[in-house]
Amino acid sequence: MSLQPVKFYQTGTFTVGNRLLAPEERSVQANMERTNSLNSGHRACQGCGEALGARYAIDAAMIASQGQLVAANATGCLEVFSTPYPETSWQIPWIHSLFGNTAAVATGIAAAIKVKKAKGQGGDVRVVAQGGDGGTTDIGFGCLSGMFERNDDVLYICYDNGGYMNTGVQRSSATPPAARTATTMPVGPEPGNAFGQGKFMPALAMAHEIPYVATATVADLRDLEYKVKKAMTFRGARYIQILVPCPLGWGAASQDTIRLSRLAKETGTFPVFEAEYGEITSSSKIRRLLPVEEYLRPQKRFAHLFGKVPAVETIARLQALADRNIRRYQMLDKEAN
Amino acid sequence: MDKPYAITLDPGSSLANHTGSWRTERPVYIDRLPPCNNQCPAGEDIQGWLFHAESGNYEKAWQHLTKDNPFPATMGRVCYHSCESVCNRAQIDAPVGINSVERFLGDEAIKLGWKLATPAAETGKHVLVVGAGPSGMSAAYHLRRLGHRVTVHDAGPFMGGMMRFGIPKYRLPREVLDAEMQRVVDIGVEVKLNSKVDNILESMQAGKFDAAFLAVGAHIGKRAYIPAGDTAKIVDAISVLRSMEGEDKPMLGRRVVVYGGGNTAIDVARTAKRMGADPIIVYRRNREKAPAHDFEIEEALEEGIMVKWLSTIKQAGESSITIEKMVLDEKGFPQPTGEFETMDADSVVLALGQDVDLGLLNDVPGLEVSDGVVKVGPNMMTGHPGIFAGGDMVPADRNVTVAIGHGKKAARNIDAWLRGTEYVTPPKHPVATFDKLNTWYYADAPKTVRPMLDIIRRQSTFDEVQGGLDESTALFEARRCLSCGNCFECDNCYGVCPDNAVIKLGPGNRFEFNYDYCKGCGMCVAECPCGAIKMEPENN
Repeated sequence: MSLQPVKFYQTGTFTVGNRLLAPEERSVQANMERTNSLNSGHRACQGCGEALGARYAIDAAMIASQGQLVAANATGCLEVFSTPYPETSWQIPWIHSLFGNTAAVATGIAAAIKVKKAKGQGGDVRVVAQGGDGGTTDIGFGCLSGMFERNDDVLYICYDNGGYMNTGVQRSSATPPAARTATTMPVGPEPGNAFGQGKFMPALAMAHEIPYVATATVADLRDLEYKVKKAMTFRGARYIQILVPCPLGWGAASQDTIRLSRLAKETGTFPVFEAEYGEITSSSKIRRLLPVEEYLRPQKRFAHLFGKVPAVETIARLQALADRNIRRYQMLDKEAN
Repeated sequence: MDKPYAITLDPGSSLANHTGSWRTERPVYIDRLPPCNNQCPAGEDIQGWLFHAESGNYEKAWQHLTKDNPFPATMGRVCYHSCESVCNRAQIDAPVGINSVERFLGDEAIKLGWKLATPAAETGKHVLVVGAGPSGMSAAYHLRRLGHRVTVHDAGPFMGGMMRFGIPKYRLPREVLDAEMQRVVDIGVEVKLNSKVDNILESMQAGKFDAAFLAVGAHIGKRAYIPAGDTAKIVDAISVLRSMEGEDKPMLGRRVVVYGGGNTAIDVARTAKRMGADPIIVYRRNREKAPAHDFEIEEALEEGIMVKWLSTIKQAGESSITIEKMVLDEKGFPQPTGEFETMDADSVVLALGQDVDLGLLNDVPGLEVSDGVVKVGPNMMTGHPGIFAGGDMVPADRNVTVAIGHGKKAARNIDAWLRGTEYVTPPKHPVATFDKLNTWYYADAPKTVRPMLDIIRRQSTFDEVQGGLDESTALFEARRCLSCGNCFECDNCYGVCPDNAVIKLGPGNRFEFNYDYCKGCGMCVAECPCGAIKMEPENN
């Protein structure tokens, strides 16, 4: 059973809060007492999707664990902008790992907690590991796969912005096809990232048949919070990938972060779903289906597709990928359409 | 403190880092003017009262509404709700049923006996209001709330003016009208019926009034010359509608020809239908050009009323009339064709517009009359100091809502004049146009349709044609409001800020920006559903 939206209350559950709903029906983020796990003063760019996604996810995890939470954080934007020595923006116990070993560090923390609990020391502290797509799909993949196959009791959250943004927008294995980065073909007949490369980590996580895998975006807060809370009801390895637009790396306006997340889903570019033990249990339906151009156009990393001679074929290939997502993840509500 | 190896500084919080210094633009909360409020001739704060209705607090909604308009149950029936034609929701699915929610609130108030607010203090001033119609009673109400003593004189036997003598029962049941009029009397307004004011200056002097508001309705039907035999029965529409209120109902016969294409023509034809006649409307232009509202024409046609478009009456006899067919020229004016037709007619009712009896204004110095109406300044004052006028008497659209708006506007200006000051209209906020909204956030919700009375009962009785909403449907309809331009505390700005730089102040208190940390990304502006935040350039 996926998140049940509340209907007909002016904005229903589309908005963060809603004065017409009972307090317990509102989001964690609507609460005046929310943790603000990632506090003000951090050095993320204006309109950073990752900063937003991290606060959304960790605040929800804090509620689900009654405040008993430790986070291990891979090297990357999130770590750099939140903790320049000696300051920290984190209002939870937090440890910085290497770029590639966050999953292993989290596994170690989980093991230590298990031992302490067995000795009657400390309570039921839950463990979250988090990192960007570079630290997750590229550099940290080995450690993460190990954590999955051992089914260690860790929730791993990947903030996917499709590249190494912190070091100057280099390509990662999560960079979408045709997107231009500092390390993809800058000119020529087909600039931008190549088609047929990269990997979709949620599918790989599902292949490990771990208890819970989900994707989310910062455009649908209620869905994101639901998935984090749901993940916390499981023991063992869990994985959530959150699409977090990067105004710098995507060449987008800072106020468009949430709009782009919404368009990613509404065009079928980014499937939003959840899976248990390797099988998809629900997928978020597209509300207003749009062509991929709507998502591509506002981003400078795709500007080369919309030059004097539009790259019609490339756009069509991206549309075909979106259509495949829509089919594969059943993103259209058959009854409604 | 013992520090680990290579650590020399104590841990600190990033709160020391004021990222607000990055900003080149800052978000600012604003209130924009919703299009409905901007449109309302009575100056209602529609979005404001819907806000209370949305949370189910109907009494508070009603109190908020009646600050501007004391007659919501009447308005919810007879207002032509031009607010709905500009509603931003129309661009999503269908406009919010503002009129139906207003009626629901008005009916609840009558059912539950809600009282209007009484004045806080008496000013000792005494104002004469001439005419107990929508404009006069609205002015009386507002003047009374401002603490003035008010006496209303009306020539007729009942309160309500044109609302009673010009609007048929099936559109406005009399118990609704009576209840709303009485409520104004209940806050201390004195009403003298059957007391015509023949000379305004004499009446003011005799009653020692400090100011006067004239709101005489257009009760005199216009006549047109029609060659007719001695026995032909020709009456005017407004007299017919007026006599419906008395004991002697008009005798029109079976074949009633109504001449005209305005709302009064429709009203009188539908009234005749209910009295057992077979009315035919004769109008010289076509349906598109008719001044009557299209929904009224539609309702009349549904009830089986015939219309002869593009026809004029050339001659009226004892039991028949001759009509001539017309064609519209390029400019849309009707031109005769020379083709004639005879039809049976027991009577002809002229619905060709109405005039105001301005007899009471004879010999008032400074006062200017042109085209049958009185000239007034922007403060509703005539050329004679202390005498104000509104409603049908002044140049404006003639309908109940406009009249009520005049009453309010005049009351404010009379109040200022009595205090020796000038009423300054507060500056208007910029209008919340559709492009300012982020409509993604509104739930899909089609409009609720009000029930209509069965055709059979509409043809034979004066029962009210259009029904009202019940509690649940009214609540649903209120919640379709987009709250254009005005924060409704959805928490979006508080949630979407990546820098936690929005401070939530709690229910009813909205939000505040923490400019120490706001980087000016503009996400709150982009994701505000109702356009209540804007970006401003940073000056320093």
